[in-house]
Amino acid sequence: MSESDDVWKVNRERDGEAQRFESNFPQYGPVGRAFAPVAGFGVTLRNFFRPTVTEQYPDKKTPAMPRYHGRHQLNRYADGLEKCIGCELCAWACPADAIYVEADSNTEDKQYSPGERYGRVYQINYLRCIFCGLCIEACPTRALTMTNEYELAGPTREGLIYEKQDLLAPLEDGMLQAPHPMVPGTVDDDYYKGDVTKVVKEQTEWVREHRPEDPTLPENQKQEAGRG
Amino acid sequence: MTSTADTATSEAVETVTLTIDGTEVTVPKGTLIIRAAEQVGIDIPRFCDHPLLAPAGACRQCLVDVAAPDREGNVRAFPKPQASCTMQAMDGMIVNTQHTSDDAKRAQEGVMELLLINHPLDCPVCDKGGECPLQNQALSHGRPESRFIDVKRVFEKPLALSSEILLDRERCVLCQRCTRFSKEIAGDAFIDLQNRGAMQQIGTFNEEVLNFDGYEPIGVAAEDESGKAFSSYYSGNTVQICPVGALTSAAYRFRSRPFDLVSAPGISEHDSSGAAIRTDHRRGKILRRLSDNDPVVNEEWITDKDRFAFAWQNLSDRLTRPLVRGEDGELHEASWPAAIARAAEGLRAAAGRTGTAADKKAKGVGVLPGGRITLEDAYAYQKFARVALGTNDIDTRTRISSDEEQAFLGAAVAGTGLGVTFSDLEKAPAVLLAGFEPEDEGGVVFLRLRKSWGTQQVLTVAPFLSRGAEKLSATLIETVPGAEAAALAAIKAGTETADALGQDGAVIVLGERLAGSPGALSEALRLAKRTGARLAWIPRRAGERGALEAGALPGLLPGGRDAASASARQAVADAWGVDGLPETDGRDADAIIAAAAARQLDALVVGGVTPSDLTADLRKALDRVGFVVSLEVRRTEVAQYADVVLPVAPPSEKPGTFVNWEGRLRGFATAIRTDAISDHRALDFLARELGVDLKVGTVSDVNEQLAALGAAGKGERVKAPTAKAAKASAGASDELVLASWHLLVDEGALQDGEPYLAGTGRTAVARLSQATAERIGVKDGVVTVSGERRSSIELPVVITPMADGVVWLPAKSPGSWVAQELGVEPGARVSVKGGI
Ligand code: SF4
Ligand code: SF4
Ligand code: SF4
Ligand code: FES
Repeated sequence: MSESDDVWKVNRERDGEAQRFESNFPQYGPVGRAFAPVAGFGVTLRNFFRPTVTEQYPDKKTPAMPRYHGRHQLNRYADGLEKCIGCELCAWACPADAIYVEADSNTEDKQYSPGERYGRVYQINYLRCIFCGLCIEACPTRALTMTNEYELAGPTREGLIYEKQDLLAPLEDGMLQAPHPMVPGTVDDDYYKGDVTKVVKEQTEWVREHRPEDPTLPENQKQEAGRG
Repeated sequence: MTSTADTATSEAVETVTLTIDGTEVTVPKGTLIIRAAEQVGIDIPRFCDHPLLAPAGACRQCLVDVAAPDREGNVRAFPKPQASCTMQAMDGMIVNTQHTSDDAKRAQEGVMELLLINHPLDCPVCDKGGECPLQNQALSHGRPESRFIDVKRVFEKPLALSSEILLDRERCVLCQRCTRFSKEIAGDAFIDLQNRGAMQQIGTFNEEVLNFDGYEPIGVAAEDESGKAFSSYYSGNTVQICPVGALTSAAYRFRSRPFDLVSAPGISEHDSSGAAIRTDHRRGKILRRLSDNDPVVNEEWITDKDRFAFAWQNLSDRLTRPLVRGEDGELHEASWPAAIARAAEGLRAAAGRTGTAADKKAKGVGVLPGGRITLEDAYAYQKFARVALGTNDIDTRTRISSDEEQAFLGAAVAGTGLGVTFSDLEKAPAVLLAGFEPEDEGGVVFLRLRKSWGTQQVLTVAPFLSRGAEKLSATLIETVPGAEAAALAAIKAGTETADALGQDGAVIVLGERLAGSPGALSEALRLAKRTGARLAWIPRRAGERGALEAGALPGLLPGGRDAASASARQAVADAWGVDGLPETDGRDADAIIAAAAARQLDALVVGGVTPSDLTADLRKALDRVGFVVSLEVRRTEVAQYADVVLPVAPPSEKPGTFVNWEGRLRGFATAIRTDAISDHRALDFLARELGVDLKVGTVSDVNEQLAALGAAGKGERVKAPTAKAAKASAGASDELVLASWHLLVDEGALQDGEPYLAGTGRTAVARLSQATAERIGVKDGVVTVSGERRSSIELPVVITPMADGVVWLPAKSPGSWVAQELGVEPGARVSVKGGI
């Protein structure tokens, strides 16, 4: 017998010892053993008397928890300028590579966000997104947050790639559609700090001059309301 | 190199041994501590240190603890940490970096904190974010928290130094890499340190104090040190070496992030230097190009054209499918097989290969591949012409050229392998430039020459000292274009110039424009023989040297063989397995175009040729000739006349080889995979359809054949030209001799679609000497130049110290398309009138 055979034998014996174990399942007596086959019905019977958890979705929609990770939203500042600066940090953070961003320069005629840079192309592919929220963590301007919307299914692949216009937050009352200039005398920092709280006259005038038809202008809103 | 030579050189180097972080390292004397540390893998953070720039010690990020032996040999520590990028290693030195010394670590953290005090930290909107040494080193070597709570200094941002280069002073760490590059390497100092303390900044020169002299760029620009508007051809390099996002380019601004990009190495298609580049692309689109590090060729620098001019290949006129002219006279998209069949049909008839009685009347096909093709493409074009079409009518020289030039190229350049190299140029004690503008026509060649500024004597045979020549402190040998031969002949033994060229390693650089000066190339050969200087021929376009090696000239076969020599023809025919090669002398490019216009050719095969670049009337030739096949990347003007247009790949979408002016093979792989095919592959298809297997379908097929052919043997070579200078003819009194060359940034086809780069190009001006300007009576500072065509060029005049009786115009700058408008080559007489 060679040395290695010895070792093998010793190991086998040690393993054998280790395999001897005691079960920690409860050990039933004879009555218990007799009822065991129908014990499962007990569980069923018990649940007849409990409140039901079935949701009548889609007939009745239940709101998700407040912090539920649903569809993304690109937020705006109080004057309607976009918060996204096209930095691609969300795309970088995304473990599923679901986000695609292309930035561009803001110009005098086309100022979409405060500062020099804005996101020209912004896409989220909901076939890839795993709703981990890492993009939200990464966003330096709090432009990107998640809503509670969870109905993200569709018949086509293209349809599940959400574009910037699908993700942008709707304009609230008093907001002015971008592009338009920043509040005069402010820099991007003032926006980040929350010092810009409303649209100012100069901005409205600028939009009036460049896009008189814009529905977010106060006069156009009134008209619409009147018509409605 | 033999092993003895190896030991000999290593013995000659004096070394010192020092200890860094407890590791002993031996380095050549004079090595900086930071470099010695690199050798043993110890990383010291740095910003201002750059291996190709002189040490500055500006950023203080590289502080380390140093102890060195004093005069008595006792090792004594320096009282304070020292900048390792400025201190040379000494024998017995003991260096402790941040890894082993707390003092060094604290010092580095302190410097980093200081650098970040006024730094905006706007990484999310900064183009450098993701590849920023400041970001990285702040993380690896900085303090986790800043103690600074005050208001940061702000500057207006960004400042446009030129239409391409933008400066964000807030982000600048004052490392001075950019200013040192501009002064030391490019010689275009345009920014410098200004002010002191917290307000210290990189700034531009004051425009009020400064004035211009005709080198203004087209777009916005700051002024440089000499008072000229900043129009550097190398400014993009500052963006690449800036260790922060202070210098950015307008073209790449906010375009992407480093993690989006796929990088591929490549070779620039813009000039004959074969500079190594890196192409960064995202989703099949090139977003930027950077310089790659190739110490033997371009070091780490490229021209702005190499860097920024890449948009041309993705413009809306890019061809993706073959086009065939239908019955209705319009071009229609067609399948490859249909297009190839149609092209083959037309060429077969024109080449007289249908096997019918009509063959007798066939007048043949001319092939104009253009000068921007790869070695493989050039080889395929000439084999296609000689084997499938049975003609020597092939010429890549769609530019100024002559028979004398062909003889010179065949005798002294083609098939001679690696000749004068970049490092030979750098080391040469004297360099004579003839018909060659180092900055405008040479690109990175200029940077190498400038590297030896102060130790190298540069002489230039030119009508005036251009800005590039001035920056080389060149001595002008004032020459009227066309009289270069006489100027070279005048360098007699015993003259100072001849003595300079007689030094060991002296080089004579010849530009492609010398072809237009009768006798000049012959005289250059004589001068080289007389003085012992070496010759370097530096053409402009990337494909020129490769075309010589491949034999894509009428009188040259592959490897520099003479097409007129029966034995050379036989050797090539044997290698190709064909019965024989065409014996009739081929026409050169001008003659092919003339013959086509005179209906002495039945068809033309045209590669990348731009009609407006030629003095010969290519449009007329294309219009009159019966059948035109065009191989192009974009739908160009040639397509208007073409019967079949085959789309081919731009260099970034194919593999291939450029041969640079040194004779160095610069192979590159496909950077972006598309289904576009190379010219040689299209020609392979075409030849098959014609019933010939050229075996040029892949790069390796071609390279195998080229290797098997080798260089020309004895007796197979072309004889050196022995032309004499032409007698100068006296012209009419209002006629002046035209001097002209292409500026580096102009309206060449490969610079299309890049407005920011175009803005850095120089505005077109006409240059005249004071006396000439007075003689012709310049009115309102403007002249009108007219040549053989009916149109003329009007340009503002800049009085320049230069040869009398000469007018200089840029060859293809905005408003000055010399070949198209005047129809004459440099050296010709043009009539010049003052005023419009
Ligand atoms: S959403 Fe936020 S992280 Fe994403 S690009 Fe816009 S600003 Fe950057
Ligand atoms: S230079 Fe670097 S650290 Fe500074 S803002 Fe740009 S990426 Fe950030
Ligand atoms: S601009 Fe960039 S390269 Fe120039 S000094 Fe500032 S940090 Fe250095
Ligand atoms: S790297 Fe040494 S001082 Fe800047």
